Amino acid sequence: MEEKQTIIALKHVTKSFEDGVTVVDDFNLDVKEGEFITILGPSGCGKTTTLRMIAGFELPSSGEILLNGQDISLLPPNKRPVNTVFQHYALFPHLDVYDNVAFGLRLKKVPVETVNRKGEKVIKMKRLPAKVIDEKVARALHVVDLDEMEDRDVSTLSGGQQQRVAIARAIVNEPKVLLLDEPLSALDHKMRKDMQVELKEMHKRLGITFFYVTHDQEEALTMSDRIIVMSRGVIQQIGTPEDIYNEPVNAFVADFIGESNIYNGTMMSGTTVRFIGGTWTCPKEEGFEVNEKVDIVIRPEDVLLGQEGKGVVDGVIVGKIFKGVHYEFTINVGKNEVLCRDTHDHEVGAKVSISVEPNNIQLMHKKLTINEFTDAVIDKANNVIIGEDAYECDVTQLLTGSHLDEDGYLISKDGKKYDLNGCPVIAEIALDKVEISDDLSSGNTQGEIIAAVWIGDHYQYIIRTEDEEDFIVNSPYSWMVHDTVALSVAKEDIVLRLKKGIEDYEID
Amino acid sequence: MSKSTLTLNERRLKRRNIAYKTMGQCFIWLVLILMYIPIMVLIVYSFTKATNIGTWTGFSFGLYSDLFTSKTGHEIMVALGNTVLIAVISAVLSTLLGTCGAIGAFYSKRKAKEVIETTTQIPVVNAEIVMALSLTVMFVFIQSYMLGGSNVFGFWTLLFGHMVLEVPFVYLSVKPKLEQMDPALYEAALDLGCTQGQALRKATLPEIFPGILSGFMLSITLSLDDFIVTAFTRGAGLLSGDKNISTLSTLVQEKIKKGPIPPEMRALTTLIFVVVLLIAIGITIYRNRTVKKVRKGREG
Amino acid sequence: MKSTNHKSHKAKRTLKSIFAFKRKYLSIPYFVFLVLFVLIPIVIILVYAFTKVDDHGNLTGSWDSLVTFFSSPAKINVLVVSLFIGLLNTILCLVIGYPIAYLLADKKVNKNYVLVMLFIMPMWINFVLRTGATRDVLNMLGLKGGEHPYVATMIGLVYNYLPFTILPLYTTMIKLDKAQIEACRDLGCNPFRTLIHNILPQSVPGIVSAAEMVFMPTMSSYVISSTLSEGKLTLFGNSIAFAFENNLWNDGSFMATIMLVIILVTMLITNRFHKGENSRGRAF
Repeated sequence: MEEKQTIIALKHVTKSFEDGVTVVDDFNLDVKEGEFITILGPSGCGKTTTLRMIAGFELPSSGEILLNGQDISLLPPNKRPVNTVFQHYALFPHLDVYDNVAFGLRLKKVPVETVNRKGEKVIKMKRLPAKVIDEKVARALHVVDLDEMEDRDVSTLSGGQQQRVAIARAIVNEPKVLLLDEPLSALDHKMRKDMQVELKEMHKRLGITFFYVTHDQEEALTMSDRIIVMSRGVIQQIGTPEDIYNEPVNAFVADFIGESNIYNGTMMSGTTVRFIGGTWTCPKEEGFEVNEKVDIVIRPEDVLLGQEGKGVVDGVIVGKIFKGVHYEFTINVGKNEVLCRDTHDHEVGAKVSISVEPNNIQLMHKKLTINEFTDAVIDKANNVIIGEDAYECDVTQLLTGSHLDEDGYLISKDGKKYDLNGCPVIAEIALDKVEISDDLSSGNTQGEIIAAVWIGDHYQYIIRTEDEEDFIVNSPYSWMVHDTVALSVAKEDIVLRLKKGIEDYEID
Repeated sequence: MSKSTLTLNERRLKRRNIAYKTMGQCFIWLVLILMYIPIMVLIVYSFTKATNIGTWTGFSFGLYSDLFTSKTGHEIMVALGNTVLIAVISAVLSTLLGTCGAIGAFYSKRKAKEVIETTTQIPVVNAEIVMALSLTVMFVFIQSYMLGGSNVFGFWTLLFGHMVLEVPFVYLSVKPKLEQMDPALYEAALDLGCTQGQALRKATLPEIFPGILSGFMLSITLSLDDFIVTAFTRGAGLLSGDKNISTLSTLVQEKIKKGPIPPEMRALTTLIFVVVLLIAIGITIYRNRTVKKVRKGREG
Repeated sequence: MKSTNHKSHKAKRTLKSIFAFKRKYLSIPYFVFLVLFVLIPIVIILVYAFTKVDDHGNLTGSWDSLVTFFSSPAKINVLVVSLFIGLLNTILCLVIGYPIAYLLADKKVNKNYVLVMLFIMPMWINFVLRTGATRDVLNMLGLKGGEHPYVATMIGLVYNYLPFTILPLYTTMIKLDKAQIEACRDLGCNPFRTLIHNILPQSVPGIVSAAEMVFMPTMSSYVISSTLSEGKLTLFGNSIAFAFENNLWNDGSFMATIMLVIILVTMLITNRFHKGENSRGRAF
């Protein structure tokens, strides 16, 4: 296959809004001509903003967007040779199908060579003749399988048909790049599947670059040549669908793409890793140190069930769902859950052993930048519960401009009242904000130091509490491994984020 | 279904429904008839030449010809011309101003939007007399302190008075249409090659057009019906020469202060009623058609 | 080198954003118009209300108008009567208009939009003309305004404001949640209880805006009352107009200020009503 040229390049593109929130952070990407590229990520990850910057609806705060080597980042949308298919189609309701598709063509001016009065040849910018527009519209409608629908009112079309008109309206302008902003999200399941196949075929036939944005991992895996996984404004991984699925670079990607079992583990040696109460053999990989904390990903189809005692760990089947080709089992191993796909039937309540081929254990470096507790909960007294211990925290940061009233309810800026008891949150504590002390009666909780590393000017400790939460702590002081210490965190050092909308906790 | 298959209960229910329907319709028509008595009496007596209603001097179309020939008739026609002219001009200008205002405010920052919305509310809730007087006082103020006493009252003051009355209602009819509009439509137009101005014209305007239209109709209505603002802010000029501009409402007010409604006015009322009735029927037909269209769209 | 490049990039960006056409600029003429012809006139009125012209022809601050108003039982009497008439007219219009609007919106009774238009149509025939016609007809029937000023005026007021009541009520009624009403019946409410516990609470926004359409304009109207009572009944609107016609600008401005205060108070009350309605809606 010949080397294709880069058509769009994003260089250090960053977008911050006026309120200081950075939604896209240092985005770098080269898109090859004719590629089907997908940005995949949860809502609010900055994927749509990235697309809108390419389309020209938002200007990047810094960085450049190059199209065929030229900086287009400041051009208005109408001057960019890209077209967009919008999430809810954005068809003009006052126009029929033909007029919608012809909308862009009628605005276009093309150079036409004419002879002026003096008999000289001059080049004039002229609008396209009606006949040319007719032909182009008919061809575009043919591509999307909507022949003979020109005169229909768009409000009389089904969702799928409106979708096709939206695509026709964009491709009729022969854009260099077609931007698609979650175009299938408003369709029902069956229609979505069909459209995926059709979009892929359309892409092959038209040969133009498709830049697709979605939160649906299945869509991304089915259609894309390359996928960019984004989270909180930052690219997590760029790769082919196979790469992304088989070798996710971190727990976020693994969790987001396909179903997976993700565990915290500790390297025991170069080829063994300990997690969920067992010691597993894993492939030898460079760059993992003994005692390093790692993330482990195992796909459910790679979990092998066997007779009790014959595998690495034993567990009890607590759930079973028939999925057609296979069963999906939920197995409890201690306090951990293992998801497993197997074609053989087992009874719920059966005791089984679990093993995994070493090659199917995916090891990932943990980012040791912050302590992140993803299953924290707010309690009645507005403390945050991490593991089983309560920490004082400032819940007003969950809602900008809010405050607490005397009864402990959160009052928002516009006067809405929230009872946060039981609200799941993500708690973050910076590594140097955890205090270690040997006075065991002080602090929020106690734990055992299970690892200590000297990093240049300070020690980094991993401390495991009694309820098996691991804290990573930077400290200038020296402690011994296996020491039991008390941990405390100041109220203002706990950063909280909502896991889901706060609306559920609104009260009258 | 034959009658005998209905159970006793069903029959009772049906009877009750019929009774409810009949009583409801009777009530509606009763109130309607009461409401229309004055207008109907005027219409009936427009076909006789008596000065006072209540006396019948024989059937005649005389009042209709008087309307175009007599002195009072002439006064009435001038007033009618003024009324229509002011209504159309002020409604066109208000619609333009109000629509631009609504579009601009919709895309403004929240603070600016709040300020504009609050200011818009003031003339809506304000009593007409306070509004009319405050405007007049300001015009007098300008006249005596800034123009050295030369008269400002005339066509322009009247026009501004009517516009103050109408502009906020245009704003309020356009605003919901903007809120219902898919914001991606404007972006889609830009994406397909429109400049910002073209996008406003080709994507936004058709979407909010029903709102603009109803704002315009409302403006016409308010202007036609107005008395207080007209009475205070009018001056000489336009079709009336040196005299104060008179509209139908000021003219009728002057006449009924002294005596009954001028007979020629009865003829004009009949004509106005017919026109209004035709418009009402037209609106109903237009409405039914759009409702049907929407329904068809949903089925398809 | 790179930093200068970045700077010029940024400068270009700000320059562009200043000169670029922005949709929000469209509201500038509108806002300027409102400031010139709504806000400034009101400020002038407020200034006149609390000033007087002294011997040298200068404006000085003064409470004279306030004192004049509150020391005149006749003027206070007019205000009280106006408030009463305004309230009475609001209630009468609601009592007649509410069932009409409900019946018009009920598909079982009326499927025809023409009927709704018939109720709104009088709005398009000039109200001075309608008022004159009403007076002439009442005279014909022997009900002279000079002899029965209150009755004649009330008839005229209800005639004039009924369409303004029916329209907002009708728009709320067609949006009534039918499922709620059926649920109410299903849970054992008789029609009367359904009306009290469901339909009325649901239609509060319509009632409030209908009342707003009637109360203030009635108080400040002066053509209807002076025509129909043949000058026997003076409403607050008449007093204000009278003051200005006789060049008592400060007194007139003060009365206009009282109107503004009443408007402000009713606005605050109706706003609270809207909120109350919301929470009640949720309780159901």
